[in-house]
Amino acid sequence: MAAVTYLEAIRQGIWEEMERDSSVFVLGEDVGIYGGAFKLTEGMLERFGEDRVVDTPISESAIVGAAIGAALMGMRPIAEMQFADFISCAFDQITNFAAKCRYRWGAGVPMVIRGPSGGGIHGGPYHSQNPEMHYVHTPGLKVVAPSTVYDAKGLIKAAIRDEDPVVYFEHKFLYRRLKEELPDGDWTVPIGKADIKRAGSDVSVITYGAMVHLALEAAATLANDGIELEVVDLRTLLPLDKERILDSVKKTNKVILLHEDVRTGGMAGELAAIIAEEAFEYLDGPIMRITAPDTPVPYSPPLEEFFLPKTSDIIRVARQLAAY
Amino acid sequence: MPSNVIMPQMGESIFEGTLTKWLKKVGEPVKRDEPLFEISTDKVDSEIPAPASGVLSEIRVNEGETVQINTVVGVISEEGTAASPAPAKAIIKEPSKPQAAQPVPEQPAEESEPEPEPLAAASRSVRSSPLVKRIAREEDVDLAHLEGTGLGGRITKKDILSHLSGRQSAEAPPPDSARPQGSSSDRSLAGSSEVVPMTAMRKSIAEHMLASRRISAHVTTVFEVDLTRIVNIKSQHAQEFLEREGGKLSYMPFFIKTVAGALKEFPVVNASISGTDIVYKKDVNIGVAVALDWGLIVPVVKNADEKSFLGIAKAASSLAERARQKKLAPEDVQGGTFTITNPGVFGSLFGSPIINQPQVAILCIGAITKRPVVINDAIAIRSMAYLTLTFDHRLIDGAVADHFMSSLKKKLEQWDEPLF
Repeated sequence: MAAVTYLEAIRQGIWEEMERDSSVFVLGEDVGIYGGAFKLTEGMLERFGEDRVVDTPISESAIVGAAIGAALMGMRPIAEMQFADFISCAFDQITNFAAKCRYRWGAGVPMVIRGPSGGGIHGGPYHSQNPEMHYVHTPGLKVVAPSTVYDAKGLIKAAIRDEDPVVYFEHKFLYRRLKEELPDGDWTVPIGKADIKRAGSDVSVITYGAMVHLALEAAATLANDGIELEVVDLRTLLPLDKERILDSVKKTNKVILLHEDVRTGGMAGELAAIIAEEAFEYLDGPIMRITAPDTPVPYSPPLEEFFLPKTSDIIRVARQLAAY
Repeated sequence: MPSNVIMPQMGESIFEGTLTKWLKKVGEPVKRDEPLFEISTDKVDSEIPAPASGVLSEIRVNEGETVQINTVVGVISEEGTAASPAPAKAIIKEPSKPQAAQPVPEQPAEESEPEPEPLAAASRSVRSSPLVKRIAREEDVDLAHLEGTGLGGRITKKDILSHLSGRQSAEAPPPDSARPQGSSSDRSLAGSSEVVPMTAMRKSIAEHMLASRRISAHVTTVFEVDLTRIVNIKSQHAQEFLEREGGKLSYMPFFIKTVAGALKEFPVVNASISGTDIVYKKDVNIGVAVALDWGLIVPVVKNADEKSFLGIAKAASSLAERARQKKLAPEDVQGGTFTITNPGVFGSLFGSPIINQPQVAILCIGAITKRPVVINDAIAIRSMAYLTLTFDHRLIDGAVADHFMSSLKKKLEQWDEPLF
């Protein structure tokens, strides 16, 4: 079986779900004739027709609003944000309406919003952001952020089948850089379960998305020095898999929280609070954060490189912690 | 001249004791040998008599504190001499030195000016981490004794774990697993619960039980014994015994007497293991577990094989009585070679007790109840009891244990010793 990319894995997942369930459909800017800005929906129009592959005006609010309406009427829409940065145009629809439907009326909104996110592609401040925390802060939503080809496919399928709104952040940097052979058959990756991408004994790196790969690179380098990193991939940001997070902290007793999102109000802060509250007496060193600084994502390539967390940052902080 | 009152050594291997209760207040007169305070060590609870007559002028160790032996716990002044009722100051100013626990280099002796320096040095802050502090608390490690290898001399997880593994190999039974350990969730303060520190006795019981389970290969065998004959003898002689001896006749002396006989026949049951050697005990010293409101203690009937029934009965009741009054001497609980436990008095049918180390077997007596029993194809009503023997299979094989029990059963069923 041929290896597929991260992008192809998402495409396969959507395709299989559309074949399986006629209520599943996609909508978004240029998803039809053009096949999507990243060619993720290529071929879908021909296969499923324009009723199920809907080109929309350039209005994220309209896309999400239409998707919520369709979901309430029994459909399973997959709304594509061309870039996750523009999801904020639909913020009110998502946070004030979709997220609260079940609470107010017992009405599930089985909708997926796909948000291509993340930097490292010289996209500048409007095409590189990681806006996940706005949605992690909204009860009623589910938020996932796969890091591997396997998880990308398994989570998009689980998201489509979920009865509640799922915001699916796919990392653009990983689209064509990762390749993996996938098992045959119909399988999903459960929402709400973190995954140990590498087991280690000395320091836990808790992270998600593209940063998982930096952590794995750092782990390979540090293993030569006898420092064993454990890489915990959250996969789902809401709800968090607290059990697996705390288990890892209790095992290694030292922890680095790593994300590409900016520092203040980021996932790392939330994780640090959980660890301090529930595993304080297991800590053998300070809880360390590695994040982007609190600025917009720079367009200038050298500045963007400076802005994004790097493998060398993880190695440096892990060495400090190991020696602490 | 004022006399110091010290924490006495209650047995060879005892290094500290908990002062559980002062029986006198500061300012109260005391007579020599009058009970002054109560202590609890990991072997015994006892009352400690006053070493001199006078007035208790100072209390230096408060109730509930655990201190090393020979620590001055209080002072008795001669009557009439300044029995100032203000000892609190003295306590603060003169902290009985932390028992030279730390070899903190003394300040160059400037005798004229006793500075409070050593105290500050003794309680120097130790850099560690929440994890290390938790381990230190659970494993009873004084962090002041550890060298830190972390940043700025911080004591790291590795430091304390290697300290613990060193301690493990230094002591025969690894205290790590022998120690009572709560799981982390036990420490959770969620929900409504009350956290009370264990008494010295409770800690000691917990440690000994766990250690024994780990050391010995416990196997239990159960025998049913017809005690009708003994039940009849006891009821026939109960009144006479009470009149002659002034105490109640119980079943226990019957068991001690017969067990002593059986132990003489099977020396391997009256033994212990030392490394790869078998130590056969010449004396037959039978411990009898006594349940107390505040725990459990096992006083020992010494040389039970040499004593008459009456001698055993008197020794056993005196020990039990003194155990309940906290008046046992250290030697009363030492030197046991075999133990009997009698949960039958609480209604237990049979039990599988834990061996009292370093012994190799323990007998458990179940409740004596009347049961229908088939004898020569007829059904009779007999007083029956289950006796169980838990033995250490490292030393005693099943057949030997069962021969021992058969012999014991025979002795009990065919009892013909005079009581007086």
